[in-house]
Amino acid sequence: MQSALTIDRERIATAAIDPTAIREQFPILSEIVYGKNLVYLDNAASSQKPLAVTQALDKYYASQHANVHRGVHALSDRATEAYENARKLACQFVNAEHVREIIFVRGTTEGLNLVASSYGRHRLKPGDEILVSEMEHHSNIVPWQIIAEQTGSRVRMIPMDDSGQIIQEEYLELLHEKTAIVAITYVANSLGTVNPIKQMTQRAHDVGAVVVVDAAQAAPHLEIDVRELECDFLTLSGHKMYGPTGIGILYGREELLDAMPPYQGGGEMIKRVTFSGSEYAEIPHKFEAGTPNIADSVGFGEAAKFMWNIGFDAIASHEHQLLEYCHERAEEFSDIRIFGMAPQKSGVFAFEIDGIHAHDIGTIVDREGVAIRVGHHCAMPVMRHFNVAATARASFAVYNSIEDIDRLFDALDNARELFNG
Amino acid sequence: MMDDLKALYQEVIIDHSRSPRNFGSLESANCSAAGVNPLCGDELTLHCILDADEIIQDIRFVGRGCAISLASASIMTEMLRGKTKTEAEKLFDQFHARVTGTADGPLVDIGKLEVLSGVREFPTRVKCATLAWHTALAAINKTDEQVTTE
Repeated sequence: MQSALTIDRERIATAAIDPTAIREQFPILSEIVYGKNLVYLDNAASSQKPLAVTQALDKYYASQHANVHRGVHALSDRATEAYENARKLACQFVNAEHVREIIFVRGTTEGLNLVASSYGRHRLKPGDEILVSEMEHHSNIVPWQIIAEQTGSRVRMIPMDDSGQIIQEEYLELLHEKTAIVAITYVANSLGTVNPIKQMTQRAHDVGAVVVVDAAQAAPHLEIDVRELECDFLTLSGHKMYGPTGIGILYGREELLDAMPPYQGGGEMIKRVTFSGSEYAEIPHKFEAGTPNIADSVGFGEAAKFMWNIGFDAIASHEHQLLEYCHERAEEFSDIRIFGMAPQKSGVFAFEIDGIHAHDIGTIVDREGVAIRVGHHCAMPVMRHFNVAATARASFAVYNSIEDIDRLFDALDNARELFNG
Repeated sequence: MMDDLKALYQEVIIDHSRSPRNFGSLESANCSAAGVNPLCGDELTLHCILDADEIIQDIRFVGRGCAISLASASIMTEMLRGKTKTEAEKLFDQFHARVTGTADGPLVDIGKLEVLSGVREFPTRVKCATLAWHTALAAINKTDEQVTTE
């Protein structure tokens, strides 16, 4: 898939996506930084937002806003309808069976903390094990460590190989009757690896464990289908998939959510409150204490529509072509080391240049208008695996073009010039 | 290429980052401290010998980081050897004011540290330039505390 390729600009140019037309929907991409046209390649950290999303937020606040689920007036009705309609769109986005299986959260981090705290506290016993892969983002490690400490259970690491793939034999070795939870990322943020979630879920279910999927990096690139994956929980963030910040979703299987205690207490999540005790609302409201993030849920729904309009096949093929081109360009340079060479990989190009620290690369390319991420990417165990303190990472979105990658490689030449004279 | 980049990555900086001076451990150190930049994962450990008159007799460091943080640590160790704790603290204040662009009045002579003044055009990199200094001050102040308790 990534070998014996020749650079075929025409093929890429005639692909299903025309980045030029898409860019018109993203005003921020016309920004000038340090006198240069912006090249935004930090999409895995957060993507930019199309006009459809920002206009939906404007429209919501201009004509629909009130609090939800409690007013008897017209605006409250409109807001409630907008919010619950967004939940329906989110349900379709992950192909859940029931709308009540979708909980709005602040983002993936909150989704994972909700499961760790509520499901974990309820289910984990001393001696139980939680399996977490070596390539997880800190947000899919730390919540498990916290709940393990509180419940006397234990977090164990599923190792990966040097290409950035989970070693499946090791995973099978680690799975046994004490395994209560398997928490894995669908797509690794620091490497781009796409993990075989369905297969890993089936093996976890064989020993009675539940599977929690971090889909933050998958949502912008892959069509997510929780029924096909058979996972028990899946969570993702709106802001990485062209939606607003501060909104994400948690999918949980109905019978699991029904059995779980609430995550936070407050308004909206109760049926009846007395000083002798309270009765909780049905799912999903049981997990949505307080006034929800109504406006951004509407923006989330618009982001889902934006992606459907382009189509997941077109998105995947466009980003794959950008990645292939990037890998081919990298092959021209013997001083570039790429991190993450899994055959199944999304649009992440993580690398280092011999003799130049990632931070210096980040600063130098920034002055050329090229935005990339440098650092440990909230994945310190991955950095430790490769014995580096930091890497540089370019990550792609639908609006990126071949020219953007050429601009990155031109900017990298500046780094070489400064360091090597 | 932009002038501010050339001012930041001067030859002296690249040279110090490639061949840091006073790099390594110091067996007889009587004060040490570790510094990390949690944002980027860079880490640095500083060892020094502070004598009874609070004069830095020797100072060495180990660690990894970007060109700015390594060069800053390297140049700092050259500058601090032979200085008193008070002189070290004063120099840091002057250096900090220079790299953050907050110096008042006429420019103070900060000697070789001048090569790092290009950092002021790159606010996100000030932490890289000051990591070694914060670590050094933590090291020499820790000794002070130990001395007092003794």
